[in-house]
Amino acid sequence: MTPGADVIRIDARVRDVGRLRCRATTASGRPCRNYALEGDDYCAVHGRTRSNRRAAPAASTRTEPPPEAASAGVMEWLRNRLSGAYEVDDFGLDSRLLGDVLGPLIKPLYERWFRVRTVGVTRIPDVGPAMLVANHSGTIPMDSVMMTYAVAYEHPARRIVRNVGADLVYRLPFVGSLARKAGTVVAHDDDALEVLRRGELLGVFPEGFKGVGKGWRERYRLQRFGRGGFIALALRARVPIIPVAIVGAEEAYPMIGNIKPLAGLLGFPYFPVTPTWPLLGPLGLVPLPSRWIIEFGEPVAMDEYPEAAAEDPMLVFDITDTIRDRIQQMLFKNLNARGGTFL
Amino acid sequence: MGLRLAQALGADDRIDEVFGVDLDDPPVGIPRLEFIRADIRSPLIARVLNATRADTLVHTNITSSVGRAGSRSQMKEINVIGTMQLMAAAQHAGRLRRVVVKSSGAIYGRLATEPSILTEDHASRRADLSGYGKDCAEAETYARDFGRRRSDVELVILRTQNMVGPTIDTGMTEYLSLPIVPTALGYDPRIQLLHEDDALAALHACVFRAPRGIYNLAGDGVVYLSQVIRRLGRPPLPLVQPTAAAAASLLRRFNLVDFPLDQLTVLMFGRVLDTRRAKEAFAFAPEYTTAEALEDFKQRRTPERRTHVGRHHSWERELFDYLNRRGANREFV
Repeated sequence: MTPGADVIRIDARVRDVGRLRCRATTASGRPCRNYALEGDDYCAVHGRTRSNRRAAPAASTRTEPPPEAASAGVMEWLRNRLSGAYEVDDFGLDSRLLGDVLGPLIKPLYERWFRVRTVGVTRIPDVGPAMLVANHSGTIPMDSVMMTYAVAYEHPARRIVRNVGADLVYRLPFVGSLARKAGTVVAHDDDALEVLRRGELLGVFPEGFKGVGKGWRERYRLQRFGRGGFIALALRARVPIIPVAIVGAEEAYPMIGNIKPLAGLLGFPYFPVTPTWPLLGPLGLVPLPSRWIIEFGEPVAMDEYPEAAAEDPMLVFDITDTIRDRIQQMLFKNLNARGGTFL
Repeated sequence: MGLRLAQALGADDRIDEVFGVDLDDPPVGIPRLEFIRADIRSPLIARVLNATRADTLVHTNITSSVGRAGSRSQMKEINVIGTMQLMAAAQHAGRLRRVVVKSSGAIYGRLATEPSILTEDHASRRADLSGYGKDCAEAETYARDFGRRRSDVELVILRTQNMVGPTIDTGMTEYLSLPIVPTALGYDPRIQLLHEDDALAALHACVFRAPRGIYNLAGDGVVYLSQVIRRLGRPPLPLVQPTAAAAASLLRRFNLVDFPLDQLTVLMFGRVLDTRRAKEAFAFAPEYTTAEALEDFKQRRTPERRTHVGRHHSWERELFDYLNRRGANREFV
């Protein structure tokens, strides 16, 4: 069971484009004068940052490149990094970092540790905006990382999901900057709408901290779906909602306790106690090797509702419940289908 | 900015007369500029304004620099009281048809919790601002009050992003000119820049055609601070948070960087402005993206300009000093 590896191998094409110029136009309207990278129509600067190419993190061509190209590529990559000559989007997504560093780092975790299986990833459209609505669990939000990886490496168009993150995330040193570079946006209507307006995929976890911070006994029981704000948003943007059920994150960091005073002291919504944390210190950050299934449900169209639907709270609650039910059903189904939790 | 705008307007045939108001004489002669020495903080400004019979007023004298103002209280006096008096005077200037006020993106505070791309609607409440940001908020309030009372006047408020360029001196250019660039450890903000030429072009355009409203001005695209520092080829100096503020005070004490202390959050969380409204309203089309503005700053900034104000006395030097230190308000007919 390694669908991820299959997809990567198929995409590892090496086209002989010689020394073509980069096809991109610079921000000032001039044609880019850099040479295109091997196997690419774009140069190192434009290759991964153009919106139409965002879905193709560089790891795709890096998995099995000819050896000499690999070392040249790495040198080029390092040169760009050290001179700051790479581009990021307005939200701060650093596609090269995501595709070349974070992706390969997460790969073993995704394939070997959690053995993630995906269902229905092709239900995500190849182009255009959509909102992925998923359950949230697991103390440390590993589920959003795995969902993003699943779409980036298993979807044919290899799209990047822009997850929303609570503002707490952006206030934290290191974590906040890394989250931005990995493509997350702020959990604010403006950010979410802008992502959808640009035709990208938005990842939403409406349970929020109630989802990640819930106890072991409540595993796989969906919490309240916020206040339906994300549904109103999808209605306003008229984009389809794709319900996503993530099984496995609950057991990765099972939360058996919550030291509330410590949480208050640190300004966190909860301070988790898992079987290994804080007992084993930093070792407690290693997740348990639970088996994961991520199912992407049938898209729910929002454009058949009238324009004013977002202003009708009853309708919004109604749709919220429908989506929530769907995710809950998928969760129960996949829990049964998974077999052993760890083995 | 004021000086450069006066030069640009002086060369523009569509304008009959240009008046400049400041405390100091302009360091260079500007064709067709009629200079008036006056203080916008004094009520006398009303008589000056009336005497010019101006139909357009451009206010570029909201300053972010404590150093140039003398002290923080002086700076506040210039920014807030100056705008208050000027707007009060403008209310009685019957021929006035258009007022342009240069405010700043500093008006967006609480950056840690705001959306990634700030539209004009996200100005913070005054209680959440301090220092320069608060000055801008208060000055804008006076301007808007004026706009409400004089509904026949087209009021345009421009909120500029941090400006860089080959000639302008701002907190940002001084910061980016340091041989070692201090940063906040663990924070890598998105930096967005506005090239001085684009700021000037936007001001010029607003004198003629911008419909009333508030507009963000910034270059397209963002660059992480870590990229900025690497592109400039400078070593960064990451500081833990408590020492960062102390370092900023020290840099100001030694006259190296005059970066408003309340704006240090920009160097932690970044501040990116949405310029769509300006693009739609008056076809604001920045010639420089953020990355290009930075490159231009790097290429055209001569080395001696990196040392601080006051040690070099060339004609050019004086002009630029004047331009930045005393960007006083100017009226234009």
